[in-house]
Amino acid sequence: MPILSVVHTFTASIGATVLWLCQTTGSLSSFAVSGLSHVFRPPYYPAEILRQLMRIGFFSLPVVGMTALFTGGALALQIYAGGSRFNAESVVPSIVAIGMTRELGPVLGGLMVAGRVSASIAAELGTMRVTEQIDALTTLSTNPMKYLVAPRLLAATIAMPILAFFGDIIGIMGGFLVGITRLDFNATTYIKTTYDFLEAGDVTSGMIKAAVFGFIIAMMGCYQGYNSGRGAQGVGRATTNAVVSASILILASNYILTEALFPA
Amino acid sequence: MTETAMTELPKIETPKIEMQNVRKSFGAKHVLRGVDLTINRSESMVIIGGSGTGKSVLLKCIIGLITPDTGDIFVDGENTAGKRGKERELLLDKFGMLFQGGALFDSLLVWENVAFRLLHGARKLPRGEARAIAIAKLRRVGLKEDSADLFPAELSGGMQKRVGLARAIAAEPEIIFFDEPTTGLDPIMADVINDLIREIVVEMGVTAMTITHDMTSVRKIADRVAMIHDGLIHWCGPVAEIDSTDNPYIHQFVNGLADGPIEAVR
Repeated sequence: MPILSVVHTFTASIGATVLWLCQTTGSLSSFAVSGLSHVFRPPYYPAEILRQLMRIGFFSLPVVGMTALFTGGALALQIYAGGSRFNAESVVPSIVAIGMTRELGPVLGGLMVAGRVSASIAAELGTMRVTEQIDALTTLSTNPMKYLVAPRLLAATIAMPILAFFGDIIGIMGGFLVGITRLDFNATTYIKTTYDFLEAGDVTSGMIKAAVFGFIIAMMGCYQGYNSGRGAQGVGRATTNAVVSASILILASNYILTEALFPA
Repeated sequence: MTETAMTELPKIETPKIEMQNVRKSFGAKHVLRGVDLTINRSESMVIIGGSGTGKSVLLKCIIGLITPDTGDIFVDGENTAGKRGKERELLLDKFGMLFQGGALFDSLLVWENVAFRLLHGARKLPRGEARAIAIAKLRRVGLKEDSADLFPAELSGGMQKRVGLARAIAAEPEIIFFDEPTTGLDPIMADVINDLIREIVVEMGVTAMTITHDMTSVRKIADRVAMIHDGLIHWCGPVAEIDSTDNPYIHQFVNGLADGPIEAVR
């Protein structure tokens, strides 16, 4: 009899998890579709979009820049160490450039912005939910999806590729600085090699990835904040969930995007 | 002249708000269990009841923040169910609401909060004009012009309530909801807010619906009182009768007794 009840509890917990997963996927998808549809339908809130562009884009620049600078530097050292095993030290500039633009710029930048922006969006919307500000918007004939969610989705999707582009430049510069000071590269040769080997596709593919990551970041922040539980604990949980889910979705979608953009 | 009179006639007969057998459950918790309530034009209705008896849910059902499971809600004789988009916006334009905690937008200045509807809605005005109206409304609720350029967080609780009130009346609504207007205020400030609410309701001729458990508010604000308990309206009548009625629920609530049909956890 006890065995039967253990089996029952076990299968029930599997069932509950599957149901929860289906429910979350469903509600997240319908939230995304609704949010996205409001991006394209008037009324638009240009002042709100601009404010979010500043908050999400401009003020994330230091974080993304720092991440890119140090990653570029470390990348140069590692590729040099790896390359020297088969006398191919000269690949450093081109691999740093490709690695930064295709992969590390958008992904690490995305993860850093996820930490910064998803959390702040979730905390802001969560607090608005708890203090009835979202309800107040509705009673003032303003659709919260349109006023709160759509501008954040749009701003993040526009800002992330631009951030990634600047991240690419700063990251390559990080590699360059390490290359010429620590690895005895000639500055002119380093720049020329980078320039010769880098293709436009490397940069644009990274920017496409970044746009998707930007959407995910704002999406998860908005979704978690909008559906936040009650009280300080509810907002805290929404913030954590936003950062964790955005980060995992960024890494997962990065793989899918890489498969799609660079089929083997 | 006669034409106007004729078109106005049936309007007088239609109640401003009518709820018929409204039910709402959250999971196994039955919050509203068949509420019937009528609020007439230009009447101030106060809903009383203990905490967690469904007062807020009732209010949110009417304004459409919560969808009832069954039952109908009519505003000006029109069923509110299934209204979406523009239709719903038109309906919401009739309402103003003062939230319990104020629910002011903390990223916006005080005047932008008050003028929110005038800055964004269908009746969008130029910023200067909207600001002038906002300042006039702030003055009406007893706030000086210099508070207009502060953020809500810089105001005291009583001032935030006043700003909330100014926002609720800014777009000249036909119906105003007050969600626990005096909760969290000291007795003097509570009285000031009660007076303000009464004055505004009379002056604007609006239909008002207040939920509260503060009996001082009830006596100041109400024309009629409805008592909700356990998701049902147990009594509804003129405010003058709350002391004389033999309804045990009203008797217990009005006199603040621990013993009676309403169970109190000790």
